[in-house]
Amino acid sequence: MTSAAPWPRHRRALLAAGLACALPVCAAARRKLTVAAFPLLDEIVKAALPRWQRLHPDVEVQVVSRQYADHHTAMTTALSTSVYLPDVMALESSYVGRFSQGGGLQDLAQPPYQIDRFRSRFVPYAYDQAINRRGAVVAVPTDIGPGTLLYRVDLLAKAGLAEADLTPSWEAYVDAGIKLKTATGAYLISNAQAVKDIVIRSGLKPGEGLYFDQDSRVLVNSPRFVRAFELARKVRRHKLDARVSAWSNEWAEGFKRGTLATDLSGAWMVGQMANWVAPGTKGLWRAAQLPAQTFVSYGGSFYAIPRRATPENKALAWELIQLLTLDRDLQFAAFKSQDAFPALLETLDDPFFEQPLPFLGGQPARMLWREAARKITATQVHKQANFADEVIGTELDNVLDHGKDIGRALADAERLLARRAHR
Amino acid sequence: MRWPAFLRLSPRWAPYVFISPFLLLFAVFGVFPLLFSLYLAFQSWEPTSGLDAMEYVGLANFAFALEDEWFWKSLKNTAWLALASGVPQHLVAIPLAVFIHTSFKRLRDGVIGAYFLPYITSTVAIAIMFSSLFSTDFGLVNAGLQALFGIDNIDWLGKPENIKPAIAFIVFWRYIGFNMVLYLAALQTIPKDLYEAATMDGAGRLQQFFHITLPSLKPMIFFGVTLSVIGGLQLFEEPFILTGGKGGADQSAMTSAVYLYRMAFDFNDFGGASAMSWLLFVVVALMTWLTNRAFRPRGQS
Repeated sequence: MTSAAPWPRHRRALLAAGLACALPVCAAARRKLTVAAFPLLDEIVKAALPRWQRLHPDVEVQVVSRQYADHHTAMTTALSTSVYLPDVMALESSYVGRFSQGGGLQDLAQPPYQIDRFRSRFVPYAYDQAINRRGAVVAVPTDIGPGTLLYRVDLLAKAGLAEADLTPSWEAYVDAGIKLKTATGAYLISNAQAVKDIVIRSGLKPGEGLYFDQDSRVLVNSPRFVRAFELARKVRRHKLDARVSAWSNEWAEGFKRGTLATDLSGAWMVGQMANWVAPGTKGLWRAAQLPAQTFVSYGGSFYAIPRRATPENKALAWELIQLLTLDRDLQFAAFKSQDAFPALLETLDDPFFEQPLPFLGGQPARMLWREAARKITATQVHKQANFADEVIGTELDNVLDHGKDIGRALADAERLLARRAHR
Repeated sequence: MRWPAFLRLSPRWAPYVFISPFLLLFAVFGVFPLLFSLYLAFQSWEPTSGLDAMEYVGLANFAFALEDEWFWKSLKNTAWLALASGVPQHLVAIPLAVFIHTSFKRLRDGVIGAYFLPYITSTVAIAIMFSSLFSTDFGLVNAGLQALFGIDNIDWLGKPENIKPAIAFIVFWRYIGFNMVLYLAALQTIPKDLYEAATMDGAGRLQQFFHITLPSLKPMIFFGVTLSVIGGLQLFEEPFILTGGKGGADQSAMTSAVYLYRMAFDFNDFGGASAMSWLLFVVVALMTWLTNRAFRPRGQS
């Protein structure tokens, strides 16, 4: 179990491959790139392959597809053991933050990659999200999830409300929810936790951490969190949340039956609603910027090259990533077919963004989302972010369900996080 | 046909060759992970950086685990679940075994089979079935409670105070058949003449149960309780699947096994997780030893 063990074996295998290539057989063999991806990114890569084949008829691309969670577990294992590493690795944004802490992903700022050349072509926050603490750029953004407020225009009208009543501030949003509940009986939101999740993310300065600052100091015992907790408590006290968790049966049912009047989510949610969550509510929804001019992202996808991927494939892998992320046509195709909102800035000025969306009653909502995309700022992801998410969620539950004092809840959370901050 | 000499197995080596498949598999899937986790328990490791990113930290992981509130919380959860699911298992399985042993003749095997079935069913299938039974709005459990007692819908798997009883019930339901079979086997070894003699002396059925059956079952109770202690302390699958791998609201169904899995795979702390798994091993060993002491025949202690 010496730390160097995997390397020599790997080297020997390379050597063997090199020897084999000295034989004439090798010349005929096609080179192969492996891309590991999850749905729907796997479809997007596959759709780009005809283009790739025209550029490199001799290089075959194999797309290895796994379900979302399995994919990221497999990638963690592959990175930790350096075995079965793909040449190109697709990653969801939260995992980019997590993986960027270690040294498993190739720093694309270094030659020969020099990704800074392309920096101005990407949506700024998406590019920044892939920069780790040491300044390495570990992944390339391909699609983003600009946050948006979706609301049922018919339910609002019934309560005598309009969009302008929801959006000025988070307090206004909650107050409008009270009127909405009295007038229509509909819940404002699926869960009070969702309000907390977004309010703790609003008003962050660029580069400021969510739960920890750059020196791993815990930030949760602060006005930002107090306000988020108070708003969530107000939501619960007025019974404005349906108390269902996202993607559950009850949750989808709420959208179908019109008992959920608004949702805070990524722009991609519109596609999900139209396709399967609540197709019957077509035309009743509208989109707006999130209350209080909050600009946050909900997910997004990236491509990365593992540092220990097969060295002679790295140049090709980089070329494939550039094709997938910097090609206007392919980025567009993915947007149209899979709702993958492009991370490539130059696509954003296309007239396509001004087209009306039938599910939103003909509203040209993509214009809102592209404005949001430009305004979102990146947040530093701390190593313990997953743990912090859960601690804060649990403490909010304690406040909502057991009437725990907010100050005490946040102090408890701070203590738990401080113990982990430097692990 | 005779094998060529070099392929022939000499009697000296034959036993080792025949036993080697097990030993090889055990070495790969048993010994190696065990030693690796012991090694990891003394390392700090950012797993995505590769194996060479490990850093020796001495006992820091153990110190962290012992001071970690969630580790103690998970141990308390484990103890609660082990007791609440384990004790009723034996309290019910023994009378049930006696009842089946004495009352069923022709249907006996069928009845035993019915009780044993949950034990051999896949945990995943069971957990999925129960998560729909315990569903707040659409579940059969709430529908039944509503119809029988007029109780309002209970949020079984969402509220911290309800998750533990729900899981304890599932574990109880699952292992009762197994324990019953153990006791049935033991009951068959009790000589019939003991009961005949007792009947002649005028002992009732209750007296026979407490003075003949129970003392004779003691070795099997020891065995069954030991298995329950070990199994209960390692409880993982049922809470893991029923709570979506998170341990439930307020981590109230997060057993130690679930927590150390999450330490590694959700919180990226393999060193801490390994240290906790060895601490859990110490707890299991200790509890097993205590069980052993409790059941030792009097006068030997």
